[in-house]
Amino acid sequence: MKGYVIVDGIKTAINDAKNLLEVIRSAGIELPTFCYHSELSTFGACRMCIVEDDRGRIMTSCSTIPYDGMVVYTNTPRLRKYRRNILELLLANHDRDCTTCIKSSRCKLQELALTMGVRDVRFENITEKKPVDRSSPSIVRDPNKCIMCGECVRMCEEVQGVGAICIANRGASIEVVAAYGKPLAESNCVNCGQCRSVCPTGALTIKNDNKDVWDAINDPKKRVIVQIAPAVRVAIGEEFGEAPGTEVMGRLVAALRKMGVDEVYDTTIGADLTVTEETAEFIARVREGKNIPLFTSCCPGWMQFVKTKYPELLPNVSTCRSPMEMFGVVIKEYFKDADKEEDRQTVNVAIMPCTAKKAEAALPEFTTDAGRDVDFVLTTQELCMMIKESGIQFAELSEEAADMPFGLGSGAGVIFGVTGGVTESVIRQVSNAHSKETLRDIAFTPVRGMNGIRELSLEFEGQTLRVAIVNGLKNADMLIKKLKSGEVSYDFIEVMACTGGCIGGAGQPLPQTSEVREARAKGLYGADSVAQIKRSEENPTIETLYNGLLKGKEHILHVPGRH
Amino acid sequence: MATIDLTVVDDIIREHQSNKQNIIAILQDVQKVFRYLPEEALNHISVKLDMTPAKIYSIATFYENFSLKPKGKYIIRICDGTACHVKHSIPILNALKKKLELDDGKHTSSDMLFTLETVSCLGACGLAPVMMVNDTVHSKVTPEYAEQLIDKIRAEEA
Repeated sequence: MKGYVIVDGIKTAINDAKNLLEVIRSAGIELPTFCYHSELSTFGACRMCIVEDDRGRIMTSCSTIPYDGMVVYTNTPRLRKYRRNILELLLANHDRDCTTCIKSSRCKLQELALTMGVRDVRFENITEKKPVDRSSPSIVRDPNKCIMCGECVRMCEEVQGVGAICIANRGASIEVVAAYGKPLAESNCVNCGQCRSVCPTGALTIKNDNKDVWDAINDPKKRVIVQIAPAVRVAIGEEFGEAPGTEVMGRLVAALRKMGVDEVYDTTIGADLTVTEETAEFIARVREGKNIPLFTSCCPGWMQFVKTKYPELLPNVSTCRSPMEMFGVVIKEYFKDADKEEDRQTVNVAIMPCTAKKAEAALPEFTTDAGRDVDFVLTTQELCMMIKESGIQFAELSEEAADMPFGLGSGAGVIFGVTGGVTESVIRQVSNAHSKETLRDIAFTPVRGMNGIRELSLEFEGQTLRVAIVNGLKNADMLIKKLKSGEVSYDFIEVMACTGGCIGGAGQPLPQTSEVREARAKGLYGADSVAQIKRSEENPTIETLYNGLLKGKEHILHVPGRH
Repeated sequence: MATIDLTVVDDIIREHQSNKQNIIAILQDVQKVFRYLPEEALNHISVKLDMTPAKIYSIATFYENFSLKPKGKYIIRICDGTACHVKHSIPILNALKKKLELDDGKHTSSDMLFTLETVSCLGACGLAPVMMVNDTVHSKVTPEYAEQLIDKIRAEEA
């Protein structure tokens, strides 16, 4: 749509904006919203974005199509009063334990109540306190803090294609629940946590495991080993005033050492192992022509999705453990003898951008009699809390290098954190890419980018192999349907559950917009550019591992019985 | 819980062209057969129509007419619209609640014969107070009449 809207007396171009709200925001006026998210469908439920036209009609700007010559006011006394009333009513049956709420100071409801001038709530809270759902290993759902904006429901359905939660009942008894009102853990939830990354209040939060990790750090009998995933290093700085995409691995290592962690390693090593194993598996399957296409197995959200929705595809999923779990088992193996000698216990802590990793670490296939291969998973956000709790001034830290022997990863391992990264690393390996030119050629194929589904082809031993790269589970679902109908066919399919890959994981700092995700991706590609080792198999650590610790034991890097 | 016959559900889905746009009609027909919406049936529909169980649950809980709990063989609807209300519909409701040993949270009698509901208007105000037992309309009902009707049905069912 072309033309102009007069916003508070200022002529503002429509410029094909999809709704009036976008036009108003382009005029520099930040209308408040709870239920509007540019990446989701329009809901029009919270009524905070109301505007008044020149005839005194009130409308929600998010669900109004702008037209040329439209005259709207965004800040009349009537609108201000209505917005305050809405907030007051929302607060009336809200659990207002703000001071102890984990979302305090990041809560949209709190923020808007403050900015809109709600100083008193005239209504008594007559709602009965509902039980908090702590069944999920990743997400805590507190219905007493839900304001029914429906963001989580639409995220789960529209972007993730999971649809684990819904808005049930209506009127006063309306609530967000899993099907049949069951606990989240009994639903088809894949633990991706994207619901929590759009929740404006403390209704959906990350299950916090900080206490367990502190206890381990403070126990001299425990050897606390921390591994840091690639995507964390380009996002955690955001919580400490850095621009999205700033690579802060050095400072992160320094902070963890200050906190009292024994060893700090880089999950990139795990990624390098994954590339090596998965490439070998892929080549073997292509040569045999068996169980093609090969789906990647790094992403726990995707793994849970395929297990529950498409179990018949499991033989096509790589048997490789995820980088975190490969690394976890290697670390436990590495310290086995030392633990016995020193009478200590190795505790593996993984810092991940992801809430689903918490669920992955608890799976029986990654647990032995000696306990879990990865004992605790902390999301980027939880680590931020621990750093702040310790009083460490992150901005002032000097950079430190990760510990050897597991502190040096390849560039191929680093880019695992972004959609297409696994594929690019595997292609580097398959095509024996060594020269700068070849590496650059690979980077310019659709392997990089943020589109939900990307395709490319690859020459290998006289065959043309078809590759698909998918991010967002809804896209994966669509692709699988096309695959099943025979509309498309591929040899290799990379799936990452979250938009943009791990950099957009639900454990990362908020808010996560497409600009933030792109900056983080750029950060990872930058880390790859400066890495001296580009290909996983050229990483000397990997070679040492295969000739030593892993000799004759390569099977520990795989999940048995996935075929 | 005894497993239900899913072929009936399949037939219903087929009658509605396996089209998810007909979900409400499908749920109505399923409820007609089982007198409520069994979880197993909803899960089956969710697979057949490629809808999530949560979505179907959302629809099923939105409409007053759908029930996820088993209902009685006889559904008694007492009209409590304005006309029926002033013609003393509440005493009928109270009498039946007592007779069937129901309360605010329990709408179905323990013998699974009766479910008691109120409706806002049955559109037969001239016959107030009105009560429906399944598809039969009873007019100018008194509490005594309603109680006798229960006895009569119970005797027939015994």
